[in-house]
Amino acid sequence: MRTYLDFEKPVAELEGKIAELRALSDDESSAAISEEVKQLEEKAAKSLQEIYTNLKPWQKTQVARHPERPHFSDYIDGLIAEFTPLAGDRKFAEDHAIIGGLGRFKGGSVMVIGQEKGNDTQSRLRHNFGMARPEGYRKAVRLMELADKFAVPVITIVDTAGAYPGIGAEERGQSEAIARSTDCCLALGVPHVALIIGEGGSGGAVAIATANKVLMLEHSIYTVASPEASASILWRDSTRAEDAATAMKVTAKHLKKLGVIDAIVDEPVGGAHRNPAETVKLAGEAIAREFATMDGLAPDDLRKTRRAKFLDMGRSLPST
Amino acid sequence: MNWIKNVVRPKIRGLLAKRELPDNMWVKCPETGQMVFHRDLEANQFVIPGSDFHMRVDATTRFKLLFDDGEYETIDVPEVPVDPLKFRDERRYTERLKEARAKTGMDDAVLVGHGKLDGLAIVSAVQDFAFLGGSLGMAAGEALITGMRAAVEKASPFILFAAAGGARMQEGILSLMQMPRTTVAVQELREAKLPYIVVLTHPTTGGVTASYAMLGDVHVAEPGALIGFAGPRVIEQTIREKLPEGFQRSEYLLEHGMVDIVVHRHDLRDTLSGIARMLMHAPALPKAKKRESAPKPEEAAPDPEAAAEPVPGQPVADQTEPSN
Repeated sequence: MRTYLDFEKPVAELEGKIAELRALSDDESSAAISEEVKQLEEKAAKSLQEIYTNLKPWQKTQVARHPERPHFSDYIDGLIAEFTPLAGDRKFAEDHAIIGGLGRFKGGSVMVIGQEKGNDTQSRLRHNFGMARPEGYRKAVRLMELADKFAVPVITIVDTAGAYPGIGAEERGQSEAIARSTDCCLALGVPHVALIIGEGGSGGAVAIATANKVLMLEHSIYTVASPEASASILWRDSTRAEDAATAMKVTAKHLKKLGVIDAIVDEPVGGAHRNPAETVKLAGEAIAREFATMDGLAPDDLRKTRRAKFLDMGRSLPST
Repeated sequence: MNWIKNVVRPKIRGLLAKRELPDNMWVKCPETGQMVFHRDLEANQFVIPGSDFHMRVDATTRFKLLFDDGEYETIDVPEVPVDPLKFRDERRYTERLKEARAKTGMDDAVLVGHGKLDGLAIVSAVQDFAFLGGSLGMAAGEALITGMRAAVEKASPFILFAAAGGARMQEGILSLMQMPRTTVAVQELREAKLPYIVVLTHPTTGGVTASYAMLGDVHVAEPGALIGFAGPRVIEQTIREKLPEGFQRSEYLLEHGMVDIVVHRHDLRDTLSGIARMLMHAPALPKAKKRESAPKPEEAAPDPEAAAEPVPGQPVADQTEPSN
């Protein structure tokens, strides 16, 4: 059973009717019914297309958080051969919110690191809803340094509401861990492509998204703080998340315009959750394209261009 | 120090719930409620005598306390695009900026300057909490980058006084991007092998802590400063339990290995000078010389009669700020 978002109601109704008719047509398979189904399907597709081309920032936020949206593991399954997860920060613990490991992407070795949100209650708890603790970021640093040492390109897959705000996380230096991870990204002498697949929330995202090339899925969001946290800071009222999402320009389109991201990866009509396989495939093609642009660049050039890109960010902006 | 400026009161006082500098003659210790005569407070480097509570100081005061004879030159910061998101909530962001500028006399939250510390050339930057909570936006980020690069150019140590609630929400993602941007500048300092000393002051949280403020060679903290990633309110809401006593305070971070040293403001200058000199291989100072160049508290010392009058705990409410 599909989870429909509130603004998808017209589509939900149409698809409900289609399912009913289909159930009927099983017995009688009348031409009239199949004709009606066809018409309804066209209508549903059109409605979906319309809805999804005009998504508002808050609606995109909901799509970005859709429970059926492909997560880190789906990208690993679809894009990475021989994925070999590597655990632990060698200092304190293993953090399941961030997964990392070696694998092969289109034949070549890669280090893949990213947040996993989980897809049912049990796995969500195990992955702490994709909210990493310091150990997660320290593991990311360890794996990035490992990749750097062996000239293995890095792919990061970003999907987090933010780093975990808890007592233990603070005790063990959440901010230092995030700062060091960003620092590590900026020091890498290997090509690094980051892909934001759902939520790119705050410092917890930047920590692994400070890449040569930053890509965003069409309906993902990238924010200074989650819309709820932003609303709570701005208005002391986290229920105004919708206003915050709107005011803070969190969509891929906005961020491309501001020069914060390099490219947008289109999603299938109706969002990634309607066709995860296609989404993953498109993402893979986009990542490969970005790696191709960095082919043959020396480690120093990769570092220099990456730093220059971030330093230039925001210095001149398109007039809106 | 110029107390005249405090006579000119901005009209929008009501919004500025917490001001560390009083317009009035008396300051109340936020911890003990003790009343302190403002000139006593100033003479004591804005540390409440008795309770030792460290009040916030503004950026220029910070520089005056740091540099020899309180003398320094400010470093100009390149202009950045203003209000990139055309942000407004109840009011326009540009209005809030204008108001903060009028209130603090600063262009944005970070002041950059250079001068001498016990004769050693130093570049420093201060985040002023009075300017929109010291928040890290494009201008503040640019100021930090400018400061760190000036230190590289002058081959000087860089001392940062951090204080901020976090990112400048009104600049959205471009505020977040100051985390990697400032980190690039920290790397430039590191590559030039110049000391980067961070002084964590009350409060330093959010994206500021999660980037340049936790990347120092040496982390010094003022006593009792709130330092952390997530604010206490957010953590309490997430875990739904009371936070332990002293959680996220300087002393707590010291115990958990996140800061090197907690230093009373009276000793801060000497500590910074000592660390910078040792890392730069500058010769040790004779003790007397150190005192000579330090700002003289006597200059700002209050009229003894006025200072002697108030007794801590005595009601002097009629002389104090009504609402602060």
